[in-house]
Amino acid sequence: MQIFDEMLGTDGNVREVYSKLSAWFAQASPEVLSSRFSEAEAFFRRIGITFAVYGDAQGTERLIPFDIVPRMIAAKEWAFLTKGLEQRVKAINAFVGDIYGGREILRAGIVPEDLILQNPTFRPEMTQFRPAGGIYAHISGIDIVRIDAETFYVLEDNARTPSGVSYMLENREAMLRLFPELFAQHRILPVDDYPDKLLACMRSVAPKTASREPNVVLLTPGQYNSAYYEHSFLSDKMGIELVEGRDLFVRNSCVYMRTTEGPQRVDVIYRRLDDEYLDPLVFRTDSTLGVPGLMSAYKAGNVTLANAVGTGISDDKAIYSYMPEIIRFYSGEEPILKNVPTWRCRESDSLKHVLDHLPDLVVKEVNGSGGYGMLVGPHASKDELSTFRAKLKAHPEGFIAQPTLALSTVPCFVDAGLAPRHVDLRPFVLSGADRVEIVPGGLTRVAMKAGSLVVNSSQGGGTKDTWVME
Amino acid sequence: MLSRTASNLFWLARYMERAENLARVIDVASRLATLPSAFAGTSNEWEGAVASAACSDEFFENYEDATRENVIEFLVAHEANPNSIRACIEIARSNARAVRTALTSEMWEVVNDVWLRMQTIKLKDLSGNKLYDFLNEIKDASLQFDGAAYRTMLRTDHFYFERLGMFIERADNTARLLDVKYHVLLPADEPVGGGLDYFQWTSLLRSVSALTSFHWVYRETVKPWLVADFLILRPEQPRSLIAVYAAINQQLNMLAERYGRQGPSQRNARTIHTNLQNAKIRDLFQDGLHEFIASFIDENNKLGKSLAEQYLL
Repeated sequence: MQIFDEMLGTDGNVREVYSKLSAWFAQASPEVLSSRFSEAEAFFRRIGITFAVYGDAQGTERLIPFDIVPRMIAAKEWAFLTKGLEQRVKAINAFVGDIYGGREILRAGIVPEDLILQNPTFRPEMTQFRPAGGIYAHISGIDIVRIDAETFYVLEDNARTPSGVSYMLENREAMLRLFPELFAQHRILPVDDYPDKLLACMRSVAPKTASREPNVVLLTPGQYNSAYYEHSFLSDKMGIELVEGRDLFVRNSCVYMRTTEGPQRVDVIYRRLDDEYLDPLVFRTDSTLGVPGLMSAYKAGNVTLANAVGTGISDDKAIYSYMPEIIRFYSGEEPILKNVPTWRCRESDSLKHVLDHLPDLVVKEVNGSGGYGMLVGPHASKDELSTFRAKLKAHPEGFIAQPTLALSTVPCFVDAGLAPRHVDLRPFVLSGADRVEIVPGGLTRVAMKAGSLVVNSSQGGGTKDTWVME
Repeated sequence: MLSRTASNLFWLARYMERAENLARVIDVASRLATLPSAFAGTSNEWEGAVASAACSDEFFENYEDATRENVIEFLVAHEANPNSIRACIEIARSNARAVRTALTSEMWEVVNDVWLRMQTIKLKDLSGNKLYDFLNEIKDASLQFDGAAYRTMLRTDHFYFERLGMFIERADNTARLLDVKYHVLLPADEPVGGGLDYFQWTSLLRSVSALTSFHWVYRETVKPWLVADFLILRPEQPRSLIAVYAAINQQLNMLAERYGRQGPSQRNARTIHTNLQNAKIRDLFQDGLHEFIASFIDENNKLGKSLAEQYLL
């Protein structure tokens, strides 16, 4: 498989968008590079940007490795990506609204009914409820991989509570400090207005009963959540309160927060808490993270939740394979961004193909995330392959499979100098009542181990700053 | 502001102050322990340190003797001690993390740095000179935190709650230090005002960095009632109960002004402050210093409770 390097292409000639960057790194001495590298490490540790890894007894908090070589995206490439992202996210919102509304797509037979109605992420409570502005996925993180100079694939959609945007912002902050000379040489589109755009988006979907200055809060599961840093970072940048479930209560179907001056009405909740934990009266009764009565206030139209409850139905990995049809159905257009070819193991022909070609495929759990419980065929041992074979036979409906893609690489700074590492890209798409906004950039994740394709931070992946050129 | 945010700021400041106080307690004990036995008599400085830190019961559940090693281990990092320096730093950071958005980056960095430092400290590293270096690091962190808060925080309710946490803890610590000196340190057969007594009162002053300033104010040798006067009734001494309560009153009044409402905590604090203003050191000694201090600690706790009920729940 020919691997496309975003700096060197496939022929070893530096691509135009990287020309100045490549020249700079070529002239920089190893001492300069390693001192910038340690400055970056010190910067991240000092501001306390950490990431908790579940099941890791050693360090409950650790740094995500940061790479100092930026990833460049040319203006034309970005224009193409934004068009595709906007189309896709609009389709996702239309799809979720349809599923909890008229269900036309089911009647048209495009997506099988059982896949929706029996899906663990389907929330019957949302049926016939239309949230403010008709928006469900206010914030989406669409994971994109690149195969060659022309081809981008969407690897997965994240329409529940996508995380990582704080790294996009902090990585840029770090690069601005470390490499001012590179910023002087390039015209890089800024990303730092993301929090303002996010706040404007949240305000645009405030309920009708809200005051002229809607009170927006960010609901976090608390400081032991893996993304807590991001929650506090975003609420700080947006100038809104960071609340936990215990700070909120519901009275007469309205949500209030407890303040030193008594109860204060809440209009919009940017929640970073999964559906199941939101309201112990409706979902998991053992949840201490949520707010009893929240769903009743939500359905009374007195508070907006972002993202809406039940958006998981659109980013489920089994639904993913239907995205091209979903986009065609709602937009009447051809999808601009391609899907990775996907075998749905619930279909017996596909299952057979998957079992026959297991060592060549990547198998994912339909409801998994964060790179947990996934099989990378070419890198798996015999034992792992046979364990997965058994799992697939026992619960075929729980899995999808995709070909092992030759993900593009970008040079990374490692002990031996610059070396190619595989990357993906998560741009963040904001859908407000009146518009879709995409800040020029996103989170570039890097598989820090040579040859590895797993970029998830829970699996030792790192990040890079992403430079979109003007 | 969120009640929980106010609560986190309040306890963050309390635990930073408490960590500093523990460092001072250990510092004094190890200084006293260096005195020749002719001066130190049969008293046990390390037992006094445990008493100052108000954790004698927990200590003797875990150890037979109050030796240097045992006490340092217990006060610095023992798992069974919920108020060890390590635990204080841990709780302070946990509160800080919960209100990252309400802190300035300067404040966060102090707390985070000292917490990272604590992760690398091993007890066996705390012998000899290293102990002083370590205690100084803790004291410096608290000083820096105080300074960072004072210089960088907006003067809003956030700041008032942070200051209230610090002052209420400081009042408690000063009172306890005085109490321990009066009852625990001195062996029964040692005359009050003797050589040992002198060194103990001196080190008490030293523990609150007030030995030099004592001489500036009194221009006399160190005498028990003067030390008590200095640390209880002198408004010039920033750690004295009366000075701390003047500050508490001030913060509470600013809160009341901001919120447009006075409440139980404002009234309680005013009462305590007025009582201190009307007190004479001679009367306090006559009626029993210990009784006075015990009742003060109790009142101070009650203020903490009424503050919590009024704002933090």
